[in-house]
Amino acid sequence: MSLKTVQKSKPDQAALRESESAAGQALRRFSRNRLALAGLVLIAILTVMAVFAPWLAPYDPIQQNYEALSQAPSKLHLFGTDNLGRDVLSRTIYGARVSLTAGVVAIGLATLTGLIFGMMAGFFGGVLDEIIMRVVDAMLAFPFLVLAITLAAVLGPNLQNAMLAIAVVSAPVFARLARGQVLSERERDYVQAAHALGSSDWRIVTHHLLPNIAGPIIIQASLSVAGAILAESSLSFLGLGVQPPTPSWGEMLNTARGYLRDAPWTAIAPGSLIFISVLAFNLLGDGLRDALDPKGNR
Amino acid sequence: MIPFSIRRFLSTLPTLFVVTLIVFAIVRVLPGNPARLLLGEEATPQLVAELTHQMGLDRPLPVQYGSWLLGVLQGDFGRSIKDNMSVGKLILEKLPTTLELAALATLVSVLIALPAGIITAAKRGGFTDGLITVLALSGVSLPNFFLGILLIYLFSIQLNWIPPSGYMTPLENPLENLRLMLLPAITLGLGTAGALTRFLRGSMLEVLGQDYVRTARAKGVMGRIVLYRHALRNALIPVVTIFGLQLGGLLGGAVITEQIFSIPGFGRLIVDAVFTRDFPVVQGIVLVSAMAIFLVSFLVDLIYAAIDPRIRYR
Repeated sequence: MSLKTVQKSKPDQAALRESESAAGQALRRFSRNRLALAGLVLIAILTVMAVFAPWLAPYDPIQQNYEALSQAPSKLHLFGTDNLGRDVLSRTIYGARVSLTAGVVAIGLATLTGLIFGMMAGFFGGVLDEIIMRVVDAMLAFPFLVLAITLAAVLGPNLQNAMLAIAVVSAPVFARLARGQVLSERERDYVQAAHALGSSDWRIVTHHLLPNIAGPIIIQASLSVAGAILAESSLSFLGLGVQPPTPSWGEMLNTARGYLRDAPWTAIAPGSLIFISVLAFNLLGDGLRDALDPKGNR
Repeated sequence: MIPFSIRRFLSTLPTLFVVTLIVFAIVRVLPGNPARLLLGEEATPQLVAELTHQMGLDRPLPVQYGSWLLGVLQGDFGRSIKDNMSVGKLILEKLPTTLELAALATLVSVLIALPAGIITAAKRGGFTDGLITVLALSGVSLPNFFLGILLIYLFSIQLNWIPPSGYMTPLENPLENLRLMLLPAITLGLGTAGALTRFLRGSMLEVLGQDYVRTARAKGVMGRIVLYRHALRNALIPVVTIFGLQLGGLLGGAVITEQIFSIPGFGRLIVDAVFTRDFPVVQGIVLVSAMAIFLVSFLVDLIYAAIDPRIRYR
């Protein structure tokens, strides 16, 4: 009995050690990458801003104050006030909620949808693959923002629809990536072995393929969140995203554009924060690529 | 070459077909009756029904799709709901402006990316490399509407050098046209410059690691000559492909840029059409922009095959 246990646990432990060391290597590579760590720290700060906005913001972000219209930055209002006397700092802090939610929810949805269709195409092949990939190719032929604008407009301008539009437009990249990964992994020995042992398709996909294709998907997800934040603020900038009075960085910039001569400070904070959050997710994505895919030495 | 181009073209047909299906579906399958939109809220249901019939919107969807596609194939994209203008004509009118903007933006991006990409690759791992790498990623991450606003603030409001918006065709006044297009071209081109720099750096590094570069160095060829004659020439080949990929980004970016600088192009047309719910125009623009991307990636493939003798398509 005891001998059996030892025999059984030995290869498991070895496998565990190996996978740990691979993950450990990636982690070590990542933690040595100062730019990637900077990205991670920025994302952490933005997340804290979004979650604790009600405690961090000095004022109510939608409270209009007709005694403080378009005031320059001062001790009372660190980033000044906008054309309706609202505190720019408070609106900027609350704006983090919209941008981060939009980025994470839209790309979460896109990753899930893309994975399902891409893995189905790669795993089953044949006519299904042909149909899915033609649709993916066709969707990738549209300019990203033009398609997102059209979808958001047809669905009706609000945050939910903007997120949905961004998710739809982002999903094909994940489908193509997942399909390619599945195609190359499908023929590997461990998948063949699982087949031979009688594992169900579902089990092979979820227990064997998914963990092995996760790396490139995670890298793409991080870069896509950056793209989604940019897309959401573009839609809000055009008036197709978050509707006033809810503060969002894109909408704040659109308003600021009209008062550039008298109140330029209203543009600086939201614009810089869009830039910082997009940069942070791009840095993270680049760092993840260097850590998880040392062959692609860029 | 010619059989290859024919085969390459034929292979895009199924995807193009799906593209037309998607464009049709976005507008027709989703809620909202164009006849009702055209007549306004106060129209009687009877009037709406009559116009619906007249516009053929009560026919089965496949029939509607068929007649729409037939029109498109003959260059008839329908008529604008707003002013009954031919959509094809509207697009043709606005397209040159956007193409000029895209071309100037590409020029800006090449002028920045070419030296930047060469320097980073030549000085790999050093301070300059790190700095340019960070700047390139910043270029990619900077939202063009923020950059546009900053440029307007600096050059139009503070320095008063260039009017903040306005447009003049190159035919009316070529110099004034360039002056007015300068800020928009920088706004649109900087992001592309970042992407191009990153791509060129990767491509250069790959080529610099090749045997023939080492051979050239071993033979005692001067570093600069190796860099330009041996490495850069070959590193530029894959860069051609990125232009096909960047066109989508340029068209999307043009929507925002034209909005900020009040340039009467393609991008402004779609934003105006979206807000007036003028769907035939939206449909036309989305379809034309997808077709433009198809055309460019087709051309890029041909150019790629022509400039790289190692590539033989079968």
